[in-house]
Amino acid sequence: MMKYIKIKGLMATIASATILFSGASVNAAEEGMMHPESNGFTSTGIFGKFDIPSLQRGLQVYIEVCSACHSMDLVAFRSLEDIGYNIDEVKAIAAEYDYEDTFDDDGELITRSGIPADYFPAPFANEKAARASNGGAMPPDFSTLIKAREHLGFFSSTYGEDYVVALMVGYEEDAPEGVEMNEGLYFNHYFAGNQIAMAPPLFDDIVEYADGTPATLHQTAYDVANFMAWASDPTMQERKEMGLKVMLFMFVFVILLYFTNKRVWRKVKKGEDIDPSKL
Amino acid sequence: MASEKKFEPTNPTLKWVEDRLPIMGLIYSSLGAGYSAPRNLNYWWNFGVLAGFMMMVQIITGIVLAMHYVPNIELAFDSVQHIRRDVNYGWLIQAIHANGASMFFIVVYVHILRGFYFGSYKSPREILWFLGIIIYLIMMATGFMGYVLPWGQMSFWGAKVITSLFSAFDFIPFIGGGIVEWLRGGFSVGQPTLNRFYSLHYLLPFVLVGVVILHVWALHIPGSTNPLGIDAKGPYDKIPFHPYYTAKDAFGLGVFIIFFAGFVFYMPDFLGHPDNYIKANPLVTPEHIVPEWYYLPFYAILRVIPDKLMGVVAMFSSILILFAMPWLDGARIRSMQFRPLSKFFFWIFVVNGLFLGFLGQKPTTDIMMGVEALLLAQLSTAYYFGYFIVIMPLVSRMETTKPVPTSIAAAVLDANKKG
Repeated sequence: MMKYIKIKGLMATIASATILFSGASVNAAEEGMMHPESNGFTSTGIFGKFDIPSLQRGLQVYIEVCSACHSMDLVAFRSLEDIGYNIDEVKAIAAEYDYEDTFDDDGELITRSGIPADYFPAPFANEKAARASNGGAMPPDFSTLIKAREHLGFFSSTYGEDYVVALMVGYEEDAPEGVEMNEGLYFNHYFAGNQIAMAPPLFDDIVEYADGTPATLHQTAYDVANFMAWASDPTMQERKEMGLKVMLFMFVFVILLYFTNKRVWRKVKKGEDIDPSKL
Repeated sequence: MASEKKFEPTNPTLKWVEDRLPIMGLIYSSLGAGYSAPRNLNYWWNFGVLAGFMMMVQIITGIVLAMHYVPNIELAFDSVQHIRRDVNYGWLIQAIHANGASMFFIVVYVHILRGFYFGSYKSPREILWFLGIIIYLIMMATGFMGYVLPWGQMSFWGAKVITSLFSAFDFIPFIGGGIVEWLRGGFSVGQPTLNRFYSLHYLLPFVLVGVVILHVWALHIPGSTNPLGIDAKGPYDKIPFHPYYTAKDAFGLGVFIIFFAGFVFYMPDFLGHPDNYIKANPLVTPEHIVPEWYYLPFYAILRVIPDKLMGVVAMFSSILILFAMPWLDGARIRSMQFRPLSKFFFWIFVVNGLFLGFLGQKPTTDIMMGVEALLLAQLSTAYYFGYFIVIMPLVSRMETTKPVPTSIAAAVLDANKKG
């Protein structure tokens, strides 16, 4: 009986906590903002794996389109080996960029081409230059952007990559009636406040994919979002693979601990060691 | 079975050491077969060991992280990313440490509430209880400073909001006006703030270890309380800690590690805030500044009083009032198993605390259930304090209690008979 009441109280607590915090995740639905749909990325879920061909296409979109405005300071060329490039391919990608950060024996600044240890160079020299070229807005860095746009809740979560896909396809050429647009801003269903400084960056056939995949607007958005998710969390697959091993081990180990405990307590649990006459 | 055994090694080398430094005997009589505990402890008694485990996890992972972290406002954010990307298993260590803080608070909250329910704060365990509150306060300070170190948006703005709270004490002559600058090391949160928070975040855990040792020492004087709340007196009331509770704690620890690993491997960011993936920018204020989840109930209490000083006083009182619990509660019986009315108000207190936490992450102007969130937070805060100041003193002294078993052993036999 005692046990029953205790469990009832506990259950009531857990139930109320769940109800309370499930409300917390719904508040993202601000007025006029649409909720991004799920795109079924292969990286989600407990067995999530990176979709290597998609990541490579996403890298192509980043290099050919996004990198004109968006930096990706924390990603080194060497890490591209993780998305299926061999070292020669990585060297070739790095060599496309020039760096002015070394001096010759006379102390003169020299220009050298990139090596795998280099990081993707920023398109603008500093924040002022970036804002000046983008109508006063600062194009955010891609290194951790997907994680910064993620909203996790008990029952519904919005993943950063789904948000990016939604943002890419969520532009409207003409703002809906009654919406007063500011100078130089574009209407987007998924952006907070619906007015974004970034012009629609992707459209059909903006790139010609090396692997021949038709480069539709949705496909390029999907691929670049996938690539950005990798850039934000490059150890995702390693993490989940180790997690599976840890979990399998722990489940077996805990079962053994359960029976060990049961065995140790067998007599004491029932009070078989107690001599009732001595109480 | 009940008598406490002494550690008597037969191996001559061990005996030689033990005669000169009885350290093995110390461990034997505090965690081994030499320490006896009530035979009826349930799984709620696992959480003390779990808290000790989490403390060790945090210290070990923290020391490794400190080898790679850079306490510089230009480099801190990138150095955490460097740990996650380039350091061998850095992603694992960082995820364990960041989620470990939350796990530490979860087990400590359960441990505290177990103390509430089973009257662990009552005589003769008052000092044990005080030490526990001090541990909790040190944890809060350490957790807050640790959250600042990655120097993301929430780190920076959280530090700004929390340090500025102390401007409420500006009216104190001589020291008043300088407290906030002294805490920050300047007029704003910046490099000196980060450096001192890093230094203190490394120091406080070791202070914590010291207080935990006192906590365990104080525990061993009267011994653990138990679900029945009656003193263990008879020869059959106690059993040796090892093997009984080492086996039980090992099982509990295993279950807890599965829970912990679920966060570390599958949702390492669930308990964090997405804005902390954006580098700190003093020029851009986040839409809602919220502290980590484990401070939310107190953050809600802070905001219910429009006056800054009174809000801060209310927030600190909400924790300091725990010191008065041994005297606020006048019941002769410890365990709420035999105090139905107290039990009822206790569970409301728990749900109310969760509700306060929920309100803590909402803007006070939100409309919920047709009223402003501020009003709900005020009602909820009223219950929080009312529980300690009105309900506990009155109910504990007036309530009709259920009959208490004569001894732990008798209760065990009784339960066994009923099946």
